[in-house]
Amino acid sequence: MFDIVFWILAAVTIGAALAVVILRDVFRAALCLVLFFLTIAGIYITLYADFLAVVQILIYVGAVSILIIVGIMLTHDVWRGNPSGELRIPALVVSLLLLGTLVYTVISTQWSMSGEPPQGKTVEAIGEKLFGGGGFLLPVEITAVLLLAAVLGAIVLIREK
Amino acid sequence: MSVGLEHYLILSAILFSIGLYGVLAKSNAVVILMCIEIMLNAVNIALVAFSRYVVPLLLTGQIFAIFVIVVAAAEAAVGIAIIIAIYRNRQSVDVDKFDLMKW
Repeated sequence: MFDIVFWILAAVTIGAALAVVILRDVFRAALCLVLFFLTIAGIYITLYADFLAVVQILIYVGAVSILIIVGIMLTHDVWRGNPSGELRIPALVVSLLLLGTLVYTVISTQWSMSGEPPQGKTVEAIGEKLFGGGGFLLPVEITAVLLLAAVLGAIVLIREK
Repeated sequence: MSVGLEHYLILSAILFSIGLYGVLAKSNAVVILMCIEIMLNAVNIALVAFSRYVVPLLLTGQIFAIFVIVVAAAEAAVGIAIIIAIYRNRQSVDVDKFDLMKW
């Protein structure tokens, strides 16, 4: 059962990612990107990462995809399509080489698995890690500053002169 | 053979390569941003798979994935803002025509 779910999700994910790259219409590519984000949330669920699946749907499906669709709407190039640049063949060669290297490395490496069962609920454990002592409190604070800087930067960049 | 760590890592590698191809080959700046999001999501799958299969009780990979998501959201906001600012000046989002930093 679990394996079947993984294979279906993997097939849909790869198909959606390919559609983003191949489709001529930019708006349809953005809709395929939304499908891609949703299936990634499903893959997180198969990995027992419930909190991350919810975060994925909230931030990617809810916020980032809306931002990208608004960006497409504001730049009127939807009808000009989604052509490939001059570097199509070299890009294909480079990405296939990278894929071959990565797959070879993954298959030939002896991974040190831990046989322990996964945690049932991860929300409490992640909160403990992020805000508890000896955890990731300083990175969380720095992330807050980064988000503030990004929002201010976006406003300054997009303001009418 | 049941699904294990290798399957997730190979899925992640395939998605990363698709995203890399899009970033290198496409000429529409918004599509390039979308392909960067694909690459970041592929890396997140690898991180969460490591967290699930190698250190299931520490959850370090999931915490890393949360930080990646935060940085990706900030990057999308700033990236769209830059693209719209350039579009106002140039009436185009074609990266082959962006030569603002060439002299």
